[in-house]
Amino acid sequence: MILEARDVAKRYGEFPALRGVSLAVGEGEFVSIIGPNGAGKSTLVNVLTGVLAPSAGRVMFKGRDVTGVGPVRMARLGLARSFQLVQIFPDLTVLETLQAAAVSRLGRGRRLLASLAGDRAVQAAAMEVAELFGLGTRRHALARELPQGDKKLLDVASAFALRPEIILLDEPTSGVSTAEKTAIMEILVRAARSMGLRAIVQVEHDMDIVFAYSHRIIALHEGRVLADAAPAVIRADARVVDTVIGRPRAQAGARGAEDDPR
Amino acid sequence: MSTLPGGAGRWVLAAALVAALLVPHVAPTYHVLLMLPFMAYGVILLGLNLLFGYTGLVSFGHALFVGLGAYAGAVLTGLLGVRHMELILLAAAAGAALVAAAVGALCVRYVKIYFGMLTLAFGMVFYTFLLKFYRFTGGDEGMPVLRPALLGWPLSAMPKTDYLAGPYYYYSLAVLVLAGVLMWRIVHSPFGLCLRTIRDNPLKAEALGIGVTRYRWWAFLISAVYAGVGGALLGPPTGNVDPTLAYWTHSGNIVFMTLLGGFAHFFGPLVGAFAFIYLQDWVMSVFPYWRLVFGAILAALVIAAPGGLMGLATRWTRGGARAEAGPR
Repeated sequence: MILEARDVAKRYGEFPALRGVSLAVGEGEFVSIIGPNGAGKSTLVNVLTGVLAPSAGRVMFKGRDVTGVGPVRMARLGLARSFQLVQIFPDLTVLETLQAAAVSRLGRGRRLLASLAGDRAVQAAAMEVAELFGLGTRRHALARELPQGDKKLLDVASAFALRPEIILLDEPTSGVSTAEKTAIMEILVRAARSMGLRAIVQVEHDMDIVFAYSHRIIALHEGRVLADAAPAVIRADARVVDTVIGRPRAQAGARGAEDDPR
Repeated sequence: MSTLPGGAGRWVLAAALVAALLVPHVAPTYHVLLMLPFMAYGVILLGLNLLFGYTGLVSFGHALFVGLGAYAGAVLTGLLGVRHMELILLAAAAGAALVAAAVGALCVRYVKIYFGMLTLAFGMVFYTFLLKFYRFTGGDEGMPVLRPALLGWPLSAMPKTDYLAGPYYYYSLAVLVLAGVLMWRIVHSPFGLCLRTIRDNPLKAEALGIGVTRYRWWAFLISAVYAGVGGALLGPPTGNVDPTLAYWTHSGNIVFMTLLGGFAHFFGPLVGAFAFIYLQDWVMSVFPYWRLVFGAILAALVIAAPGGLMGLATRWTRGGARAEAGPR
């Protein structure tokens, strides 16, 4: 197992956001975490990426206990993430953003007087990722001047530029148009393959995306794992369909209005 | 991304440097002497802008390090009998680094107004120390700074004005140029890029494995060293240092100079220091309430030209694009 959560719980004051979540992500897997709003997905991502220390339970990464070690350490160990709400460096160019990730990965940040422009390894690494994500032609654009879809892509691309072993994508296609969603997914799956990532975990609301790309789906509900199975099994799981996925309109109508949770 | 200022900027810089070299030969002594505080503040502001423009932290207590550097010169020349400018600069840098290491460790855990207030508080502590430890610091009268030898030359037989407008002028210019070249390298290094990621988005920087607090601490330390060195340069021209150098209004002036020149540009602070010194001199000569005028200028700047003078210059030359982007 590359990444594991063991009985992770997290309370915010009185409110239990996670009530004992266990999961494991193995070699070569693409795992999607789904769940309605408030199910604890964001909290789980923040615990897995070291941003939040859990109230109980442990997080293991490559067999090492990494519970609450913080995002900086997690990034160095080989776990990268992207954000649900796009996180970019507004006044940096596309290339500079990717260079920053390369500088971090190659441990060049202490070089006070070295020339960034003259650092071939950093320059090449940034350029490679820019091309891989189709951002090559916009490489000198300021991040804040990019269209929304490209901002999202840059957020993800800079996480990839860390050359992590595993990447956690928090709603990689949220906030972008339906037409762009598939394009973004295709780019990042291709990038993961060519950069040799060992696993991908994503939190996603769009069920078309979830079922098209996942090897395994973990459904969260009220801070617990409701189901953890292959897409076909999940699709047949009535509880998951009712609480998380929702039924197509015709089926929902056939089941009668009294069953409608809304 | 070039490692040298590009295009027209290169020629402007070269022209400014040639002009600075010629000033003692062509300008009246009065103006030559006005250049001395400009060059000292130039060094201070280069450092401040590493923190302000590149790391996104506004210090309201930077006069602490300016005062520290200035008093280092007084203590060395007056109390310890060390009359070498190189040793004074070294002591100022070391003293500033030492104090900044401790003060910075506390301050950089906070951002925005909290960071500003904490630096202000430490600045006031130092000011009070200078004011109250009369026996050691001379209280509000301050301490004399005796004429230091430059590169081993005592130059003690020279009339004071000749010394300041000649050797000391070129010495200050050399320090400023060296400080500028070093700072240019720092901001265009991998380290400098990491600072800019932290300025723009600390959350994202951490997700990329960039330790925000550690980088902020280093930026604080370097900017303090620059303030110390610049402070040490301020002493010999006046021949005396007093606690107002460490007072919070002095910190305010430094921030104002940076805003005036434009923190979003590498050379903005230098332009700001130059403009401030000459504007202050001119306004004071025609109108006794110079602070009133400067207050109005500050208000106008913040409202109409947040990019400062360099922002206006880039807006005119490039038609507005990128005028307000962060420095690169």
